[in-house]
Amino acid sequence: MAGGKRGHWRWLVRLLLLVPFIVLIDAGFYNRTEPALAGIPFFYWYQLLWVPLGALLLLPVWASESHGRAEDRDKHP
Amino acid sequence: MMSAALIVFLILFVAVTVLGFIAARWRQGDLSQLHEWGLGGRRFGTIVTWFLLGGDLYTAYTFVAVPALMFGAGAMGFFAVPYTILVYPILFAVYPRLWSVSRARGYITAADFVRGRFGNRTLALAVAATGILATMPYIALQLVGMEVVIAGLGIRGEAALFIAFAILAAYTYTSGLRAPAMIAVVKDLLIYITVLAAVIIIPAKLGGYSAIFASVEPDKLLLAKDGVRDFGSESAYVTLALGSALALFLYPHALTGVLSASSRNVIRRNAAILPAYSLALGLIALLGFMAIAAGVKSNPAYAAGFATYGNNYAVPALFLEMFPGWFVGVAFAAIAIGALVPAAIMSIATANLFTRNIYREYIAPDCAPERESQVAKIASLVVKLGALFFIVFLPQTYAIQLQLLGGIWIIQTLPAVLLGLYTRWLHPTALLTGWATGIVAGTAMAASLQFKGSIYTLHIFGFALPCYAALSALVLNLIVAVALSALFNALSNAPREDETAAADYH
Repeated sequence: MAGGKRGHWRWLVRLLLLVPFIVLIDAGFYNRTEPALAGIPFFYWYQLLWVPLGALLLLPVWASESHGRAEDRDKHP
Repeated sequence: MMSAALIVFLILFVAVTVLGFIAARWRQGDLSQLHEWGLGGRRFGTIVTWFLLGGDLYTAYTFVAVPALMFGAGAMGFFAVPYTILVYPILFAVYPRLWSVSRARGYITAADFVRGRFGNRTLALAVAATGILATMPYIALQLVGMEVVIAGLGIRGEAALFIAFAILAAYTYTSGLRAPAMIAVVKDLLIYITVLAAVIIIPAKLGGYSAIFASVEPDKLLLAKDGVRDFGSESAYVTLALGSALALFLYPHALTGVLSASSRNVIRRNAAILPAYSLALGLIALLGFMAIAAGVKSNPAYAAGFATYGNNYAVPALFLEMFPGWFVGVAFAAIAIGALVPAAIMSIATANLFTRNIYREYIAPDCAPERESQVAKIASLVVKLGALFFIVFLPQTYAIQLQLLGGIWIIQTLPAVLLGLYTRWLHPTALLTGWATGIVAGTAMAASLQFKGSIYTLHIFGFALPCYAALSALVLNLIVAVALSALFNALSNAPREDETAAADYH
């Protein structure tokens, strides 16, 4: 485990994993039809949009954690 | 005379069967060892794990039931989307630790880990029994998905179901986890082709997405709001998504998929690429609205199907209405094969639990590895027979209600399995008491709803808060586990058994 500044930085990046929970926990926010997108009500396109966004959020966390850690690469055949 | 749909369906089904038997030779291992038969030798890389977990989690029942829920209940059915978004940060953050410790100590099940970490047989037995009980009705429900599409092809009776299951049982027995891993590749390609065709062709025929949403009754389009001091179905929706996401990878079949990965990085990569299935699931959910727009329910051609299978017939009816015959065969094969993959993995996972945590722990502690693998193979047969019995001889509502209870039960293993990855401060007796409290409270909540639903309304400070019973029972479980741990740890500081070391988790 890297200590000091690197460790703190890694924990900050890890907070990105909480973003999907924050944007989806309040259904009252997205439980509406407007603004619609190409005829699709807000409720549906907003949640569908978070599928790829949620996946993209994992990438910086992954990069910050596997950087320089040889044992994290596929060590087992 | 056979229809084009039936011919295409049969060709694909036979091809998959052959593949299932060939799988035994794939990345050949000694199938008389349980970790080879039941975990594919922990050798699956990123791509195979992606197909395996995709086939495992996004099941045939999901593909039939989620749009059916949208078709019948509307927006509520869309909870599958936030559910499958929230599950991946959890998979990414927590499960590599479980993979590492399992690899280091040779664990095959969650109960193996609990046994090693807390040195408590009873707690491990509780985790194993919960896993087995929660998975069995899930296997039965896979058959429902298959039954519906077989009926859609115009075949009546249970003979077809028996044949499909006999084939499934045979290749699971000989090939173990390698069979569903290989079949999952075919199944997923068929699913993606079907989804792609469905979201392009069907809206074009129905006049676009705006026409589809316009045809849905306004009260189905959004979640119902009941008033100022009542969170209505909004809190039900969110807690259902959150509780399901927390529970998913505690299911034995999901964990089997995780533990069969070849490295912890395979798991993390998959957390980033599995959402492709969530996107497909979101589009599949919308098929329920397309079925409303296509007016299949009032079409006399599908009246018999709806009479027998209820709203679960919405998707088959939509495909029959919209697709040419041969492509109906492809789409139905995707769903039927989509039932075989999870059913195989579920029966393997249950067999692993029985063999490792009941048979070897309580019945034959000194059994040889070959014997262990043999017992697991037989257990996988028994489990599948049980599921078949369930669907053929008991009303389908029993399987649905038991699966609903299974979700409430499996989440009660979270404190021991997931918190156990980070701390051993929790006392095994406290964890066991918390587990029992959660199971009893959750079951009581479901019973008060006559087992028809899992949304139990809590009344807190004058607010009505409809909440997924699994989640409220888990909170109770955690409170008991933490409070009793504090008490027990204060009373005695005798060192407790823990065979794992800090380095095992990285």
